[in-house]
Amino acid sequence: MLTIGTPAPDFNLFSTPDQRYSLQDFQGKNLILAFYPADWSPVCGDQMSLYNEMLQLFRKQNASILGVSVDSKWCHMAYTQSRNLHFPLLADFEPKGAMAKAYEAYDEKEGQCHRALYVIDGNGIIRWNFLSPPAVNPGADGILDALEKIQAKK
Amino acid sequence: MAKLTPPPGPQDHVRGKEGAPVTLVEYGDFQCSHCGHAFPAVEDIIRKMGNGLQFVYRHFPLSESHPLAKSAAIAAEAAGRQGKFWEMHHLIFQNQDNLSVETLFAIAQKTGIDLEQFRNDIQDPALEEKVDADFESGVRSGVNGTPSFFINGQKYNGSYDEESLMASLTF
Repeated sequence: MLTIGTPAPDFNLFSTPDQRYSLQDFQGKNLILAFYPADWSPVCGDQMSLYNEMLQLFRKQNASILGVSVDSKWCHMAYTQSRNLHFPLLADFEPKGAMAKAYEAYDEKEGQCHRALYVIDGNGIIRWNFLSPPAVNPGADGILDALEKIQAKK
Repeated sequence: MAKLTPPPGPQDHVRGKEGAPVTLVEYGDFQCSHCGHAFPAVEDIIRKMGNGLQFVYRHFPLSESHPLAKSAAIAAEAAGRQGKFWEMHHLIFQNQDNLSVETLFAIAQKTGIDLEQFRNDIQDPALEEKVDADFESGVRSGVNGTPSFFINGQKYNGSYDEESLMASLTF
C-alpha cells in the first residue's frame, strides 16, 4: 500500500464502453478508491452494494467513490445494471492491473486486485488507506472517519 | 473500530429487562434472506435467556438490492408508534417470502393497529429519518452486511446460527 501523505498516482480508465475517469476529474473533491477482487461476488450485502447505499453519506463529506477491479468495461456494465449501482467501476483491464500495481494493491498470485481502500483529498494526496483480507468486507466506518478528519481540517 | 455507536438508548426498540447482563443488537434488513434465517434463531435465544438478555433491533435496509426493505422498516416503525413494533417485526419476517406493499398493509391490519393512523404515519418523513439514522449508525459501527450482531457493544463476527450465537452470549 502507498504511504499516507504522498501524491496519489494518476489513472485514466474506462468505466463503461464510452466513459473514462482520471484522477484530475476529482480535483477539489475527496475521492474514495475501493479496489476489490472481482465483480459478481455471490453474497447479499457485498462491499459494492454497501457503498451503493452510502452515496449520500459520502456526498455529505464532499466525496466521490470509484470501485476498481480487473474486470472489463462490459463486465462492469452488466454488474452495475444487475446491482443497480450508482457509482462508477473502473476496468483495470489493459494492461491488466496497471492501476492496482501503481497503488500497490495488486495480488500477483491471484491476478486480481487486493481488497484495498484509499481516501484521497481534493489535492490528490493520499490521506488514509486500508488493506482487508480478501474474504472480509471492510465496511465503511474507516472511510467515514477518514473523510470527517479531512473535512474538519478545512 | 467495530464498536457499536451509539450505544442502545431511548431511540431504540428494546426487548427484555433493562440492566440485563447481556445486550444483543441486531442490524437487519426485512427483505434479506439471511436475516430471515436468523430470525427464528434469535427468537429462540430471547426465549431461552429470558431476563439475562436485552435485545435491540436496528434497521439496515439495502434498498438497491431489496426494493421493499426500507418500506418494511418504515412500516415497522409506524406500527411502533402504536406500540406494535415487535408484532410487525415478527410478522414481516414470517411473511418474508411474499412481501409486497399489500402484504405490509395486511400484516399491519393483523396487528390490530388503527390502519388510518398507520397510513398517515408511513408518510411521515421522521420515520424515514429514523431508518436512515439506524443505517448510518450501522455503517459507523462497522456493519458490512446483514444480519450483523453486536454483543455488549462489540461486533460479533461468528456465524448467526443459534448454537454459535448462544455460545458467544453465554460465554
